[in-house]
Amino acid sequence: MRIASFIISAVITVGLVFALNKKWGAVPPLGKFLSPQQGFWQNAEATDHNFSNDLKLSGLKGNVEVYFDERLVPHIFADNDEDLYFAQGYIHAKFRLWQMEFQTFAAAGRISEHLGNDSRFIDYDRGTRRLGMVYAAENALKVMEANPVTKKGCDAYTAGVNSYIHSLTYASMPLEYKLLDYKPEEWNNLKIALFLKQMSRTLAGFESDLANTNMKQAFSFEDIMALEQHIPDSLSPIVPRGTKFDPPQMIPVKPPTADSLFINNKDILDIVEVEKPNPANGSNNWAVSGKKTQSGAPILCNDPHLELTFPSIWYEMQLNSPTVNVYGASFPGSPNVIIGFNDSIAFAFTNAERDVKDYYEIKFKDDSKQEYWFNGQWQKTKLRVEEIKVRGAKTVLDTVAYTVFGPVMYDKSFATDLSKGKAIACRWSAHDASNEGLMWFYLDRAKNYDDYYKAIQVFQCPGQNMLFASKTGDIAVWQQAKFPARWYGQGMFVMPGEDSSYMWQGSIPQKENPHVINPERGFIESSNQRPVDSSYPYFIPGNYITMRGITLDRRLSSMEQITPEDMMKLQYDYHNTFAEFARPLLLKYIKEEDLNAEGKKYLDIVKGWDLQGGPFSKGQTIFTSWWDSLKVVVYADELDRVKPEAMMPDNLTLFDALEKDPEYKYVDNINTSQKESLSDNITSAFQKAVPGLLKEENEGKLEWSKHQDPTIYHLLKTITAFARKGLPVGGDGNIINATTHSHGPSWRMIVQLTEKTEAYGVFPGGESGNPGSKFYDNFVDKWAKGEYYSLWMMNRSDADDNRVRWTMKLSNQ
Amino acid sequence: MKFIIAIVLTFLLAFLGGVYMQWWSLTIAAFVVALLIPQKAGKAFFSGFLGVFLLWAVLAWWINMKNENILASKIAAVLPLGGNAYLLILVTALVGGIVAGFAALSACYLRSVRK
Repeated sequence: MRIASFIISAVITVGLVFALNKKWGAVPPLGKFLSPQQGFWQNAEATDHNFSNDLKLSGLKGNVEVYFDERLVPHIFADNDEDLYFAQGYIHAKFRLWQMEFQTFAAAGRISEHLGNDSRFIDYDRGTRRLGMVYAAENALKVMEANPVTKKGCDAYTAGVNSYIHSLTYASMPLEYKLLDYKPEEWNNLKIALFLKQMSRTLAGFESDLANTNMKQAFSFEDIMALEQHIPDSLSPIVPRGTKFDPPQMIPVKPPTADSLFINNKDILDIVEVEKPNPANGSNNWAVSGKKTQSGAPILCNDPHLELTFPSIWYEMQLNSPTVNVYGASFPGSPNVIIGFNDSIAFAFTNAERDVKDYYEIKFKDDSKQEYWFNGQWQKTKLRVEEIKVRGAKTVLDTVAYTVFGPVMYDKSFATDLSKGKAIACRWSAHDASNEGLMWFYLDRAKNYDDYYKAIQVFQCPGQNMLFASKTGDIAVWQQAKFPARWYGQGMFVMPGEDSSYMWQGSIPQKENPHVINPERGFIESSNQRPVDSSYPYFIPGNYITMRGITLDRRLSSMEQITPEDMMKLQYDYHNTFAEFARPLLLKYIKEEDLNAEGKKYLDIVKGWDLQGGPFSKGQTIFTSWWDSLKVVVYADELDRVKPEAMMPDNLTLFDALEKDPEYKYVDNINTSQKESLSDNITSAFQKAVPGLLKEENEGKLEWSKHQDPTIYHLLKTITAFARKGLPVGGDGNIINATTHSHGPSWRMIVQLTEKTEAYGVFPGGESGNPGSKFYDNFVDKWAKGEYYSLWMMNRSDADDNRVRWTMKLSNQ
Repeated sequence: MKFIIAIVLTFLLAFLGGVYMQWWSLTIAAFVVALLIPQKAGKAFFSGFLGVFLLWAVLAWWINMKNENILASKIAAVLPLGGNAYLLILVTALVGGIVAGFAALSACYLRSVRK
């Protein structure tokens, strides 16, 4: 009896320990997790936590001091470059390790390994592998490691990250590892390459080739070009209109079969694409020359628009060694400062939005995918077997065939509803071996325009508008990358892949890339618009965003005696220039007499609206709903003929067309017998929007920020407890303050290049990635209000300054 | 008296275990104390339970106070406990306490087997 009691209670004890040491579904291992000495409580950082420390780290050559200011921004001072990057890796890992790893797992198609057996995760991983992300990173790594400067920097950075990882115990591990119950693995240089490729996917991964191919079912080539690649009349290009371009050095030749096999080939695809990047991934940057500023020195500004996440993609820091002194936003996962300034210059980026990704239809000999038809014979593919580990389930094997174009992304074994067994290979410039990181190494050290220009030469992908300003008074921008030189129409649709005639024939020579240097008008602005007007001698399709460029051009043209405070206001600006264009058209054609009482009420709000898309604006909500509804009324009848889905043309395509011609050919609804007029369209669009608006008003969501619900999610989006919801910010992708539901200005920076640099910045997050730290989200409220922190370029002799709160000393012994 | 001593000893041993070993070392603490200090089954269970319950409650409460509720309120929304940090402290202490209670109970029965 007693033995039985002992056995029962012992079994219960062991059973409890076992059960509480194991993750059950989404529930973390509760014993481990709740233990105050080991579990999540250890991540609850005391609000008066002391970050000062003396650390002995093997791998360092000399001494490193890291001074943390009151915002926990580290100012790293190292005796040499290798120690500097070691310390950067160490500090990145200390504050952002989980994020660094998770982002590179996402880049490598390895999320199922930790998130588990869910078809969404597995499809994401397969899509990532099939896009050739790991292949691209491996190609990049080869050139990175062949370059002694990059190799040294990356090796030191990696050693720093690993030094931190090796110091971890379960208790000190970042919270997310405990929640998801896994451990960090060794960091390596491939992960740095993967991180940079993830940026290429985010910024240069967007195209509409597959959707456009499907569009051919119902539209002519000319129609598609007009709907998808319309050059707006109101475009303010980066290179001012009227600039003369030299004759092109590279003239791509259109294949003789193009009209029959490509442009007019109506074969459909029926592919549903996986994981398209957000088309709103964009940014603003601008620089004004000294002649337009109060101080007489140039001012440079930047706000990159990305998915807003916790932890932020940015980590603010200062890096100092005998060869460099730079301050700005860095990427946890990569060495160097990415957007920032040094003692001589400042640099900033926006996305070029150029299309650098094309598809080719491949003819396999059979289902083994070992051979494909190319240039008149069967060629061998290279088969890459991707092993996708799945937590709690069997490893998924996926065979991807590599052709002369690149990986075959879609084939019988991947993508839904694929018709006729088509195999589609992807040609993407991010696959080409290049060493983008090296640019930042040199840019961080650049002293003048020549240094900057030399630095950007190594950069091939993703295409960026690289803005520059210097204390010597120069301002410049280059749209830099290796861009394919295309014949007109090339790459708009899936291309024939049976011979070499449709391949990219070469690149646009670098010196012909769009650029502006010290322009007469005294300012440069880039905000994802088409970089040049139609006189540029190359065909450059892209996912351009026009409106912010127009607003910026108008503002900067009219501003004089500019101060950094003026620039802060401009980065926060809510003026909706598109509504300014479109409202008169809507009001001209609306048939007021056909509206009910609610409709009339909403119409009055639009009429009296001050065109500001701020958080409390109701006009912004009503106008946007009305215009979106109009797009559907005008285009949906035609687009519905395209299966599975067609791209909706952008706002200016419709506006320009209607402004020019109220009889625009898509105005009439092809599904009705009568002929609709523009007036009918605009009125019915409004009527269709009213019930939705009424519902929103009843729910208290008519104000724009209630409608958009601006939210910063944790990278694990489902954990909303780690998110900040309902932020009081307005804006949209066409407004300079381009905040939408979970996307927007991810880092705002303003640098005035006076003798003593005056710089301001803020990002929606905090320096710590730990949800248990008060530095996790402490910048958010300031960011939401459009306020800034003064950025402190510290000198090593400032160690006693009262802004220094904590000091971490790193040394070998 | 024995009861109190057992609680205090369990508290201290479990704390030490938590410093040097994994979380489940609390079972060893409760087990060893119950082996050393003879008590009836009910008392043995509760002294183990209370030793660790108090330890975990005090530690969690202290950490939470220093953290000004930042993390506990978030985790209490994930688990889900309605975002209530104090409920989370209670659940934490209960989990530790129950495991320790059963460990102590096992030791108590083992003692009586050996007699």
